[in-house]
Amino acid sequence: MPAVWMAIAQIATLITLLILLHRPVGDWIATVFSTAKDWRIERGLYRLIGVAPRSEQSWPVYLRSVLAFSVVGILLVYLLQRTQELLPYSLGLPAVDPLLAMNTAISFATNTNWQSYSPELTMGYAVQMAGLAVQNFLSAAVGLAVAVAVIRGFTGVTTRTLGNFWVDVVRAVTRILLPAALVAAVALSIGGVIQNFAGFTELTTLTGGTQTIPGGPVASQEAIKQLGTNGGGFFNANSAHPFENPSGWTNTFEAFLFLLIPFSLPRTFGTLVGDRRQGRAVLATMATLAIVSTGLLVWAELAAGGTAPQLAGGAMEGKETRYGPVASAIFAAGTTLTSTGSVNSMHDSFTAFGGGIAIVDMMLGEVAPGGVGSGLYGLLVIAILAVFIAGLMVGRTPEYLGKRIGAREIKLVGLYILATPILVLVFTGLSFAIPTVRADVEGTSMANGGLHGFSEVLYAYASAANNNGSAFAGLTAATPWFGTTLSIAMLLGRFLPIVFVLALAGSFAAQRRVPTTAGTLPTHRPMFIGLVAATVLIVSALTYFPILALGPLAEGLQS
Amino acid sequence: MSIASRGTARQHLVAVRLLLIATVVLGIAYPFTVTGIAQLVAAPQANGSLLRDAEGEVVGSPLIGQSFTDADGGALPEWFQSRPSAAGDGYDGGASSGSNLGPENPDLVESITARQAAIAELDGVSVADIPADAVTASASGLDPQISPEYALLQADRVAAARGIPTATVEALVRSKIAAGDLGYLGAPTVNVLELNLALAQIG
Repeated sequence: MPAVWMAIAQIATLITLLILLHRPVGDWIATVFSTAKDWRIERGLYRLIGVAPRSEQSWPVYLRSVLAFSVVGILLVYLLQRTQELLPYSLGLPAVDPLLAMNTAISFATNTNWQSYSPELTMGYAVQMAGLAVQNFLSAAVGLAVAVAVIRGFTGVTTRTLGNFWVDVVRAVTRILLPAALVAAVALSIGGVIQNFAGFTELTTLTGGTQTIPGGPVASQEAIKQLGTNGGGFFNANSAHPFENPSGWTNTFEAFLFLLIPFSLPRTFGTLVGDRRQGRAVLATMATLAIVSTGLLVWAELAAGGTAPQLAGGAMEGKETRYGPVASAIFAAGTTLTSTGSVNSMHDSFTAFGGGIAIVDMMLGEVAPGGVGSGLYGLLVIAILAVFIAGLMVGRTPEYLGKRIGAREIKLVGLYILATPILVLVFTGLSFAIPTVRADVEGTSMANGGLHGFSEVLYAYASAANNNGSAFAGLTAATPWFGTTLSIAMLLGRFLPIVFVLALAGSFAAQRRVPTTAGTLPTHRPMFIGLVAATVLIVSALTYFPILALGPLAEGLQS
Repeated sequence: MSIASRGTARQHLVAVRLLLIATVVLGIAYPFTVTGIAQLVAAPQANGSLLRDAEGEVVGSPLIGQSFTDADGGALPEWFQSRPSAAGDGYDGGASSGSNLGPENPDLVESITARQAAIAELDGVSVADIPADAVTASASGLDPQISPEYALLQADRVAAARGIPTATVEALVRSKIAAGDLGYLGAPTVNVLELNLALAQIG
């Protein structure tokens, strides 16, 4: 089959699956977060942790709960790594170095899953299961909770409260993530993803050499890694490792898993605000951006531009035979458009434009469709900005879903939108502006020289600040500079936007509902979809075009 | 203690309790449950899809590629060759990795040129006929497969080295070509270990 048709068929398969499932899944998520009924096991849990499930939290209290839960999560993952040699199932691996342990703990608790280490040489099963995989569940649950709190900001009328964080996070796990992960994990293990505690097995190869075959509880981790848009690999090669992703169908299934919840949440949003057309408009915006970007990435990898791909006769460096350029490019687009960051191919070896599009996908702010929860609230912030811009053009007070966008609201939107680009641009700039740091970055960290090395650094901060977690993995990030600054970028890139968006939700919830009039901008029509998509592109283009010109654009145009 | 800080302290207490329960349920019960189910319904796959020889000794996994080279890394002509590997010294299952070399990296360009020259000499083909997967390192360094083109290209040389007819080897290669799942979820491939095991059967 010609590669172009294969690409169209694979993309169409994913789209069909998502069209079929986004409604039931989106409606289920809406029910989970709006029903007054607790499951018996949940009631027991609330008693154990000391929470009154019907008590409501104002936005500052909701925020404090988010932060408290994330902080203790970081501390526990740190502690587990630092005591690794005492834990069972640790394969005799020593305690993880303090800076790396901090970086990893922050990385997993912020839903980033940036990995400055090689897992098979660093993390035993205990840390992977009880530390990292637990955060794969919980960081996704936190994202869902915040997204739902933001939706409640729109549905609330002159109320001070946004719901109860503890109830939201518990239900996200018990009713959505855990059941779905269980089913997906079993399906993956049937497909050849390993699930055992065998450690490393030595065997004699056909030619008489020796080979080490790894074991591990991989399927259980792989399922939630994709479903929760986490992306942290059990192995160094991540989802390119045949034991994480053995075949064409597991590959498509894993991509489906990371797309499922982000593309279902617009339906949840539409259902909860009582106007499904609003959800469809959000979905259409996300889908348009995603399809265009995926098409471009597939085109770049099939065109195989650049010296090495042209010489070899195809962009196969860093790609597995069973996926080829097509399935590799589609996965790369999906993993960077969602904030997943798992990879089935090495983005560092992609063509200059292909790798560049992966960077741009993250720079869009992870909104098309973005991470679990974070993608929805990110896109809603952009939609509010689009309404505001449209309001300026026609000279009316802007409103979105019956809520006025005043000075306080637009300031919060502005802060939200500026937070991650500042982190990306400032840290990338400092990496080259401080002479001693630059010497270390160029001498120790960059695996490729020149423009591509610059792209490695840019990719790292774009990935960390947007909580993606994928990398131009040639970069050696286990240095004091990257260990520290990437940790800061992940922390602030996760929690500053959450602070601003919860404040925004609190502000909306406190308002009355403005009645719709003939002069209200309709926010469900194609024109609005175009306006929001254009706003996403303009905001990221204005912010990032110069720095992209220094890296992937220059590299792609020189050859 | 002010009301606000008492509230914050209480939040942390709730957070700690919930985290500990989550660690038991999601970090211990969940993976062990999945292991139990997987070992029940799909034990061979869950254990790595291992292949055994006639004596029952494990000879590898069709999912994890192997090297078919001598101690110095030179290709053994009687075996079909896997792709170049960046995992350890090559196909090291304890150190999966790609090369991460960029498209303009001079080292990569040099490696590709050298690999093309080596294959052209070994197999007596022109550089233009060598497919891309033959001269590039995979993402995992453990890629168990090669393209059908690269497998067919090696048939002549393997047949000559083993003293069996080329037609026999080519027929074997063709019988081992697997289309992507459903014909389009992935590229067509030939599994090198399975091919070489079948080759060993016929001598």
